[in-house]
Amino acid sequence: MKVLVTGATSMIGRLVVERLVARGDVVTVLQRSTADLGVREINGSVTDHEIVASAVAEQDGVIHLAAKVDIVGDWDDFVSINVEGTTTLLAAARDAGVSRFVYVSSPSVAHGGESLIGAGAEPADPDSTSGHYATSKAMAEQLALAASSEYMPVVAIRPHLVIGVGDTQLVERVVDRATQGRLPLIGSGLALVDTTWADNAADALVAALDKAPELGGEALVVSNGEPRTVHELFARLTAAAGVDWSPRSVPRAVAIAGGSVVEQVWDRTSREDEPPMTAFSAEQLSTAHWFDQSRTREALDWQPVVSLAEGFERLAAHYESQP
Amino acid sequence: MVALGPTEPARLPPSGLDGLDPSWSRLVPVELDGTTRTFHILDTAPDVDAELTVLCVHGNPSWSYLWRNVLRQLPDGVRGIAIDHLDMGFSDRTGTTRRLGDRVDDLCALTETLGITGPVVTIAHDWGGPISLGWAQRHLPQLRGVILCNTAVHQPEDAPAPRIIRATRSRGAIRRATVDTTAFITGAFEMSHPRTPKHIRKGFLAPYRKKEWREAIEVFVRDIPLEDTHPSGPVLDGVAAGLALMQRVPTLLLWGSKDPVFSDLYLHDFEERIPHADVHRWAHAGHFVSEDAPVAEVAVDWIQNLDAERPDETAGNTEPTTLLNAITDPERAKLVALREMSGEQPSITFGELSRRIDDTARGLRGCGIEPGDRVAIMIPPGIDMITTLFACWRMGAAVVLVDGALTPKQMTAALKAAYPKHLIGIPKALAAATALRWPGRRIAAGSMSRIQRRLVGAEHDLDTLRTSGAHHDLELPAGTDEAAVVFTSGSTGPSKGVRYTHEKLAAQRDLIADLYDITSADSLVAAFAPFAIYGPLLGITSTVPDIDVSAPGSIDANTLADAVSAIDATMVFASPAALERLVTTEPDIDPSHRTALSNVRILLSAGAPVRASLLTATGAVFPNAVAHTPYGMTEALPVASISLPELIDAGSGDGVCVGKPIDGVEVLIDDGEIVVRAAHQRVGYDRLWHTTHLASQPAGWHRTGDVGHLDAEGRLWVNGRVQHLIHAESGPIGPVALEKRVEDLDGVRMAAVVGIGPVGNQRVVVVIERDEPVAKPALADLAMIDRVRSVSDTDVVAVFDVPKLPVDRRHNSKIDRSALAEWADAALAGGSLGKL
Repeated sequence: MKVLVTGATSMIGRLVVERLVARGDVVTVLQRSTADLGVREINGSVTDHEIVASAVAEQDGVIHLAAKVDIVGDWDDFVSINVEGTTTLLAAARDAGVSRFVYVSSPSVAHGGESLIGAGAEPADPDSTSGHYATSKAMAEQLALAASSEYMPVVAIRPHLVIGVGDTQLVERVVDRATQGRLPLIGSGLALVDTTWADNAADALVAALDKAPELGGEALVVSNGEPRTVHELFARLTAAAGVDWSPRSVPRAVAIAGGSVVEQVWDRTSREDEPPMTAFSAEQLSTAHWFDQSRTREALDWQPVVSLAEGFERLAAHYESQP
Repeated sequence: MVALGPTEPARLPPSGLDGLDPSWSRLVPVELDGTTRTFHILDTAPDVDAELTVLCVHGNPSWSYLWRNVLRQLPDGVRGIAIDHLDMGFSDRTGTTRRLGDRVDDLCALTETLGITGPVVTIAHDWGGPISLGWAQRHLPQLRGVILCNTAVHQPEDAPAPRIIRATRSRGAIRRATVDTTAFITGAFEMSHPRTPKHIRKGFLAPYRKKEWREAIEVFVRDIPLEDTHPSGPVLDGVAAGLALMQRVPTLLLWGSKDPVFSDLYLHDFEERIPHADVHRWAHAGHFVSEDAPVAEVAVDWIQNLDAERPDETAGNTEPTTLLNAITDPERAKLVALREMSGEQPSITFGELSRRIDDTARGLRGCGIEPGDRVAIMIPPGIDMITTLFACWRMGAAVVLVDGALTPKQMTAALKAAYPKHLIGIPKALAAATALRWPGRRIAAGSMSRIQRRLVGAEHDLDTLRTSGAHHDLELPAGTDEAAVVFTSGSTGPSKGVRYTHEKLAAQRDLIADLYDITSADSLVAAFAPFAIYGPLLGITSTVPDIDVSAPGSIDANTLADAVSAIDATMVFASPAALERLVTTEPDIDPSHRTALSNVRILLSAGAPVRASLLTATGAVFPNAVAHTPYGMTEALPVASISLPELIDAGSGDGVCVGKPIDGVEVLIDDGEIVVRAAHQRVGYDRLWHTTHLASQPAGWHRTGDVGHLDAEGRLWVNGRVQHLIHAESGPIGPVALEKRVEDLDGVRMAAVVGIGPVGNQRVVVVIERDEPVAKPALADLAMIDRVRSVSDTDVVAVFDVPKLPVDRRHNSKIDRSALAEWADAALAGGSLGKL
């Protein structure tokens, strides 16, 4: 199969390309900077119609990972990359006769700050999301699934909190903050949270590409199916990185309120780096978020191969090998 | 009908009343005596050609809002209509005085206008009861069923009218309570348990906010025929008499027992008038039973079950009971039946026992106990106890037996539920009956002077009754007659009365005789009070050791050996707690008892699971006995039985091995739950129709509430209780197997395994009590979490340390997993680690 992967420089992107190449698919990658993955490469933005058109030409399938995933930033940038980028790609893919399309989404498209306990994949709802990222991804998912057709079935895959070796999103942030002594637990730290080991997420995306013809229009949450308390997650991640960490607790209400203030200040001062905590992450880390995986596993005929225990071992080995 | 008050047209309820669907509300004009009166009703399916209509009739002070939950839960194809009486709810304020007879007429005219011609089930509460029955008696051909909640048709002769009604009816008070203020309405809700939430009370008050809307509340109270000359008296009497016409109509009585108005007294009045009625009684619920208890759910289940084949308790064996056969067997006449170990160690032969039972039975008949009456027996095991028990059965009375291990509060609840007409007890029991106001006319066990009897409120004593020479013909009851209502200690919730007929008890006797090859050559020491009855039932010599029966664990080896020697026992039935003591006091046994102990061939341990090591250790006491542990429950005992060698052979597995099901007992595993069917299983739970219904699925079976499986060799394994099952995606998981494995880890004293999250996708949480207790609950360290996960087949999402696991007080070893699950669920949802 000829497959276009966008956003291939990300941790999952690389793992997806590895898997496709390994099984003999002909892969093209599209991202802004050079990826150096040993496959056909097109550099540019998903919002650039010409580049996108050339990227999708003669492809059988698309796995669309490219997105702006920052916690803060301008709403216009989120709309441009996450919403317009997706619609551009969808239209181009349809015109090019692409026969399957996997949109990589996020469980945050379907809910705000409430606890999710054994939840399924509810429909994306931009009105209930919190944060620019989730709202723009929700809009894009709605558009993507609406574009699903007999000729080009579209599947949305929502991996929850992806972690893995080389992850800059969650692992690095947690470890950095622990090193700096500013990794508190929000509330009791006992909220159960699902995570997804990156290799399993990549497997799921490849499975979604294969199963797309049967699943057009469906959204599926992907996780390792091993929810853990935030406390344990932090303890495992810092232990793997060899960082001493002892939990200190911040009351939940204080953290959420503090997070929103910080977000607003950051917005106003147009700082480019990340605030220490956002209302979104405060909520994420103090309410339960774990999912019913039965439909996902059945639909994708997929199982996580790497358990969290094994994942943490791999992570520890990785940090040990670092100078 | 005299015009008396303001008039106002019917209207629709305001929007936003909790639980009320605005689309149900209709205003229905009805021609009544040449005048048009408009009713407000709730109607769930006005346009549907319904298979069945449920007609809901409220009482005073209330309105159709009372039935909102019933209406919401009705199945498709069933139309629900809840009416507001005229002058009540949102119906017309007519300015007239409407009495019981008028209200029955009103209801008939309303259903005629609505064109309700198909089958109808009525459901009514409070004074809606007689109104609905009045309607029912005029519509017998279309009447499919009747449900009555906390109501009455008759003031029992020997009881005064409810104090609260008399107080309200007193001059001056009535208007102030009913019309001038909302006291009567709010007061009614003060009687609910737990307190009705504010938003619901607001719903009930909605049509009565203005004084002129409340006139009818007074009229209704005035219409209660307390006086002989009351104009509504004959109408109510007519309704009561009309119940005789309804003996074929399925009837369900739903009762909240904490109702100061319609107390259990009125429930029992209905039970006598409608003996075939199904009954479900909630001990905790008050007057507004539908607010305090799941009336809607039970009513809907009952309605849906109307067409199902209903178990007919009178079917089957109508032959006389065989329970007394062994006792009256002439061949055993000279065999010692019972020996007492206390005092002068009196004994009695079967022949003497049989005569004594007959004499006592005649005495009981002579003092007014009728066949079918319930008699509570509170006498410790011994000749008096056995005589009284069998005398009751001999003359056709049913016995109420309450486990001595229940707390006084639980005993009171049990006796109030079973409501025996008579109570025969030792002085201590009679004194408790006086202090705790237990129901039943009291009779003293043994002999008692008149002065003593007066002190404990006993009318008679057994010795006098037995020797009175009363000449009553005794007739054996049928095998299908009620023989016993048994209350055993439940580890959770209130004790339920388990009903047995004669034939069920006889089947149990035969099963036990077969199972352990018991013949008249055997003799039994019952070191566990409930077993004392089996010797006489089986027709073998038996005794009870000289111990405090309420503390079976207090027995020592010598006391037991005394009993074994006294009757040359071949069988010993004991509780696990007693076995524990036996083993530790074994060295003290007098050498003279050793021969007798070596003749015991069967040691039976029942009541709770026993470790193989404990059973093995009993070999020092009984060198030639085979230890057996039966598995079963009050509702069906035994279901299975396992000997010590079989238990050792089974080894460790998923739960506790309890052996193969006994011949004649069918076992199936349904959704992980052990479900059994046998000739000796209970008939049902007393006055708990819904509990019985739920526990009898599939029909005729008994759901044990235990989780388990059958292995390849057909052996049954028990793995915890259903309410403790973890409903994972892969299917139900019992907690016991993993608990046992975690408890084997170093440093762990006790472990509990509970599930959190939604049913069907629950996750496993382990809670640990360490050998070195932690100071406060916390997430366990990573090393412990890893060790726990290493012994678990399923993912363990969290492991907690707690200072002490909550255990059930009485058993002191049963972990309260439900409480733990709730606690863990709240914490893992993002809350804090609360108190345990």
